[in-house]
Amino acid sequence: MSLLHAEHCSMHFKGLKAVQDFTLDLEEGELVGLIGPNGAGKTTVFNMLTGVYVPTEGKIFFQGQEITKAKAWQINQGGIARTFQNIRLFGDMTVLDNIRVALSFRIRYKMLDAVLRWSQYQKEETRVIEESMELLRLFHLDGKQHFLAKNLPYGEQRRLEIARALATKPKLLLLDEPAAGMNNKESEELMQLIRWIREHFNLTILLIEHHMPVVMGICERIKVLDFGQTIAEGTPLEIQSNKRVIEAYLGEEVED
Amino acid sequence: MSKSRSKRLGFWLVILALGVGMEALGQFEIIDGYVMQVIELIGINIILVASLNLINGFLGEFAIGHAGFMALGAYISAIGTVKFHLPFVVALLVGGLLTAGVAYLIGIPAFKTFGDYLAVITLGFNMIIVNLLNNIEYVGGPRGMVGLPKSTNFLWVFATTILTLVILRNLVYSNYGRVWIAIRENVIAAEMMGINVNRAKLKAFAIAGFFAGLAGALWGHMLQYINPSSFTYLKSTDMLVMLYLGGLGSLTGSVLGATLMTGLLEVLRDFGVWRMVISPLILLIIMLTRPLGLLGNREPRFVVPKEPKAAEEVSHNVPAAR
Repeated sequence: MSLLHAEHCSMHFKGLKAVQDFTLDLEEGELVGLIGPNGAGKTTVFNMLTGVYVPTEGKIFFQGQEITKAKAWQINQGGIARTFQNIRLFGDMTVLDNIRVALSFRIRYKMLDAVLRWSQYQKEETRVIEESMELLRLFHLDGKQHFLAKNLPYGEQRRLEIARALATKPKLLLLDEPAAGMNNKESEELMQLIRWIREHFNLTILLIEHHMPVVMGICERIKVLDFGQTIAEGTPLEIQSNKRVIEAYLGEEVED
Repeated sequence: MSKSRSKRLGFWLVILALGVGMEALGQFEIIDGYVMQVIELIGINIILVASLNLINGFLGEFAIGHAGFMALGAYISAIGTVKFHLPFVVALLVGGLLTAGVAYLIGIPAFKTFGDYLAVITLGFNMIIVNLLNNIEYVGGPRGMVGLPKSTNFLWVFATTILTLVILRNLVYSNYGRVWIAIRENVIAAEMMGINVNRAKLKAFAIAGFFAGLAGALWGHMLQYINPSSFTYLKSTDMLVMLYLGGLGSLTGSVLGATLMTGLLEVLRDFGVWRMVISPLILLIIMLTRPLGLLGNREPRFVVPKEPKAAEEVSHNVPAAR
């Protein structure tokens, strides 16, 4: 049984067919890339998988359970986390609190405990802070835990967003253009980070990316979308030599 | 003793001295009854504004019908004391709890929307509540209810105000508050972090309703007379003015805003009609020079509760990422 199984999913917005007949199987531990020109429907696929949109047609299963119509928070609690193309941190909250929010649905104290601040509260908060700090340390953000998230430099904001997604303890991580706006050196570091978190957290990763070196460098399997349709699927080598892909997408890259 | 700890202790001593001192001044009639009532009104307004801050400031929604909840608390508690001869403290709590229940129920349809639409819906509920009260003969219709026992005194108001502020502060600086602020900061991200956004909003709304209900109950038993026209959108607007003056997302700001505005309106009483010109003008100037209000999103350190002694500094032996 595959970890994630999406069959014949389509997303229509009135007349616009953003995604058509999208099928995807993710095995546990895989690192799969989703590429395609701007407007191909990649982020729409993410939004369907994470409950932001309910697909017009098709079904999605995660660990054998149907999640097609589940709410975003249920899907996240079930084990899918994501980052966003345009970073969506809680800007006016501290770095530490960004992580703590992601841990919130596991916190076991009631309103009365919070008001009276007695031992259950102290115990849980201590655990949450320790857990958060450990994550921040792994992402080299310790020492900045009291900074407001909006005041971090761009690269650190990206890292924090990944750390925050990991705080929800997902089995599947969806990364939406994590290398956007990064130079070659930074995206090289990012690649290593992605490889490393997959090992360390035992993750399956689905990645949207425009940076071809990143995609070709770390993905084991790539799916190519164009105008909402899947036009190719295969290993990086197969994709690189696929005619339709080169026409739709890579052709422009080779020329410049 | 560390500096921050002695500052905290000092803060609480000042609060205690303020309470005891005011009560003594009132008892020995050094402060006359009129001034005492203004002070009680300040306390009640603080409760109202701080609870409204939970929705408009921390949760980042825009509710403008808070007087409706105040009305419910006032009427429910008045029914309790006048018709059923309940002890004041029971009537007070029943007023708060039932108002919280109604707020929760109103929240269910209201939070299907947000922003301007939520504002209109909450305003609508404010009007519905006032119109209902106008047409229910049991509570006197437009004449209102008279003969409420004079149960509210300075100590009641003072204790309730402090308790409200402490409870709200502890909630805001707990997981509940973090979730509310996260919803304000980015609702889509919050939902993707496993947060049941709707439930979190309803909780905040019910809590705000509870405290607004308490404030209404105190208010009714202070004036001993309530009628529906005291709880129209004008009252809600007063609360909004105090809230935005003090600053969104700051409980200290709510205290400041409610105190300044209530005091100002009383001081300006001698100016007659000019009162209605001067006070909005002051608000206008403050909004233009300090758009976030006096203390928007800021809280003095010594009122922020201490984090648990978590091992923030303790270093763990974790392998580095790179």
